[in-house]
Amino acid sequence: MAAQNPSTPPSSELPTVPFTQEGTELAKDTPAAPSRETTPPPLPPRPKIYGLLGDRPPTSGGLRVPSSAKRPGLQSKATTALSLGELHAQTNRDGSPASCQTRARGRSRSGSEVDDSASIRSFAPTMQADGDIESLLGEVLGDSEIQTWKIMGPQFPGGQSQGASIFGNGPEFEEAFEHEFDELTELETDGSNEELVVKQWKAKLKHFLVLSSAGKPIYSRHGDDRLISNYIGIIQTIISFYQGANDSLKGFTAGNVRFAILSKGPLNLVAISKLDESDQQLRVQLESLYMQILSTLTLPSLERMFKARASTDLRRPLQGTEILLSALADGFTRGSPSTLLSALECLKLRKSHRQVINNTLLKTRSPNLLYGLIVASGKLVSVVRPKKHSLHPGDLHLIFNMLFEAGSVKAGGGENWIPLCLPGFNNTGYLYMYVSFLNVNNTSEQVRERPSTSSGEDEVAILLISANKDGFFELKKMRDELVEQLDKNGSLAFMTAAIKRGRPSCTDIIPGTTLRHFLYKSRGNVQFTMPSFDPYFSTPIARRRLLTLYTHLHTHLHTRPTHLKIHHTTSGNCLTLAWTTPLFDLYAVAPGTTSRAALAQAANRVVQWVRREEERVFIIGGAVF
Amino acid sequence: MADTGAASAPKPSSSVKLVLLGEAAVGKSSLVMRFVNNDFQENKEPTIGAAFLTQKISLSTRTIKFEIWDTAGQERFASLAPMYYRNAQAALVVYDITKPSSFTKAQHWVSELQRQASPNIVIAVVGNKADLASNDPPPSTSAPISDGDGIVAVPTDGGEGELEDEEETIRKVPVRTAKAYADEEKALFFETSAKTGHNVAEVFTAIANQIPETALKGPRGAGGAQTQRTEERGRVDLGVRESGAKEGCAC
Ligand SMILES: Nc1nc2c(ncn2[C@@H]2O[C@H](COP(=O)(O)OP(=O)(O)OP(=O)(O)O)[C@@H](O)[C@H]2O)c(=O)[nH]1
Ligand SMILES: [Mg+2]
Repeated sequence: MAAQNPSTPPSSELPTVPFTQEGTELAKDTPAAPSRETTPPPLPPRPKIYGLLGDRPPTSGGLRVPSSAKRPGLQSKATTALSLGELHAQTNRDGSPASCQTRARGRSRSGSEVDDSASIRSFAPTMQADGDIESLLGEVLGDSEIQTWKIMGPQFPGGQSQGASIFGNGPEFEEAFEHEFDELTELETDGSNEELVVKQWKAKLKHFLVLSSAGKPIYSRHGDDRLISNYIGIIQTIISFYQGANDSLKGFTAGNVRFAILSKGPLNLVAISKLDESDQQLRVQLESLYMQILSTLTLPSLERMFKARASTDLRRPLQGTEILLSALADGFTRGSPSTLLSALECLKLRKSHRQVINNTLLKTRSPNLLYGLIVASGKLVSVVRPKKHSLHPGDLHLIFNMLFEAGSVKAGGGENWIPLCLPGFNNTGYLYMYVSFLNVNNTSEQVRERPSTSSGEDEVAILLISANKDGFFELKKMRDELVEQLDKNGSLAFMTAAIKRGRPSCTDIIPGTTLRHFLYKSRGNVQFTMPSFDPYFSTPIARRRLLTLYTHLHTHLHTRPTHLKIHHTTSGNCLTLAWTTPLFDLYAVAPGTTSRAALAQAANRVVQWVRREEERVFIIGGAVF
Repeated sequence: MADTGAASAPKPSSSVKLVLLGEAAVGKSSLVMRFVNNDFQENKEPTIGAAFLTQKISLSTRTIKFEIWDTAGQERFASLAPMYYRNAQAALVVYDITKPSSFTKAQHWVSELQRQASPNIVIAVVGNKADLASNDPPPSTSAPISDGDGIVAVPTDGGEGELEDEEETIRKVPVRTAKAYADEEKALFFETSAKTGHNVAEVFTAIANQIPETALKGPRGAGGAQTQRTEERGRVDLGVRESGAKEGCAC
């Protein structure tokens, strides 16, 4: 059962690619799919990452990604925002040594047909429903602040001169972010404190809602049914208005808030963001929530429930999944490079050391093993997998979220046996995952179950996945052998050292550089690498700001109609660069005092460094059987 | 292997497979965490799937190594339970003394065990969160009370919802009711608090003492292998069973 799962995606036939390149084989969302019971299921729609134009049409980009003066007509009425175009110079730097100008990033497919019509749809509700929404959502949406876009205020002096954004740089944003993850005050039964609670609710920078297409609330990150039912009603009305017209709504803007909607069969998922993310980015996040729901239920059972009764209450079958959904949601709100890039991060290890670990995995592999993973503090160390099956970053993200963000597995101590569906692998059935955390600090005293008190950073998790429901003891045996051998051949010590070392800093990589941070995504490997957040981005708010900056750069790189290769943003406080080639995407940030030439040079040095370190920072191939 | 402070001749050691069952959030994982790590977490997240832990205890004549399956109480995992109790020699069926529904659920588990589990299985009915009932011994006096019986001084009339004093607004399952039920089912009975540690070790010790000597296997018993073999036949896809159940309640 293990190796012949039906849903091998075409791309995973490539034996050398450990991870499926999402977005390569995927058609657009097809909500009404044929029966998936007997035929191999199509993969659930994957987040479109690179190449494809996002769902946000160029025209709608006018709203959130202010167009340069060349396209004034596309600017929506809601934004009189200062255009980023005025702040950055957009250049195709043909002269850059490693740049590559040739590839049109596969934007043809999801290109204009959808987007053009979507753009019109997207805006209609804003205009029609403006009044309603404003009165309902009050300050949040109705905030008359027009300048909605300059989240990175300090980095964009132009933004400041325009009155800047209320969110992003001001104390309001800091205040809001600080309380973003606080629980709302309990609503009194007599509703006497409703005003206070609603105020707290509206102050949230980000909301995620999941509703059934019949309008039943299934999940909300903030606020219980009683509190939010009115709002859900409105949103549902808007969504179904468009669905009724056979024309699904993808997103709309109200005030400084963006609503993005993802319809998946019987479910509507809604992201409401003040963090200035693009629809494409929000929809990637919604895709991930949807995958979590499938991971709990499987697609056939989800469909069956709604077929049996359209008004099914999904809360019961999803019991316990809220924690996982909220962990995902909060990760997105805090800012997740992995989700932004739809890629994985690996633990940096010498090639020969990783080789030994791979070989140990292969040597100890037990017959029913499908995937084996070693993960250290959220970073992948090694993978063993069948030749025919790649791993899907989306699936891994769900697993990492469960293990490292939601506390239940980690906190328990001991070993775990977890049934789960990995929708990217096969959304019709369950697999079983053996999980054991090692405390690598105590390798001397015979690695055993982690005491519940240890902190998360120094942990190594062994994940062994099988299709065999009764495989626990078989995989436990494999784990025991694996750990014993890893200990013997020194691999545990290498891992521990690598974990302790952490990510290199920019100056470790390029001595003396002014570069503050970067994200480098290898497209072929579906993996990314980055330097440490310290010392400039150590706090959650600094990190959030950095991620917002990356979000903007990402938007520019991936939603512009131009075949943009390099994008520069200059400002007094911050100079940024986004650079895409068929091999990689690179985002880099330096202080505003840096010259462009220096940043470009630093970018080139980063690229050279990654080349040199490629087999250390990325898993190339992995252990294949 | 050796027990703490066992400088004397090693006692014979044997392993006991134990499963915890009970409604979600009654405190199964907390009991295990108290027993294994002597630790408690105020806001513990629900178990996903099941967790496997081991812990040894020392009796007068031998050492017992518990191999513990802490199962998830959430409904969606219910179909996996047989996998864990099928070969178990002991079961802790846990309810929350402040939640009547959890006591009802406990009774369902007991009868399922009696029907499906090994006939010699030792069952303990455990009412957890006893610390929430205010007239139970305060945390400081966690003096050894070897028997869950007789802890509660104030007799209740056995009727639920009876409000005798403040405590009764919190306690919903009277000791007397639960004890009577356990006696009838020939099960052990304890009220515990994972929070204070009250009676937790006692439950496990009582179970260990109850396991017949003949049923004990060596420390490296072939249990694991047996589990795998015997369960081949019973492989049922979780999805099928689960959704079946769900449809049942959805229609
Ligand atoms: N006051 C009090 N709270 C407890 C006690 N035991 C557990 N709790 C709390 O009850 C909640 C649920 O405890 P868990 O141990 O996760 O319950 P569980 O039975 O394992 O739940 P599932 O894994 O979902 O089946 C947690 O917030 C615990 O802190 C107890 O003895 N007293
Ligand atoms: Mg539990």
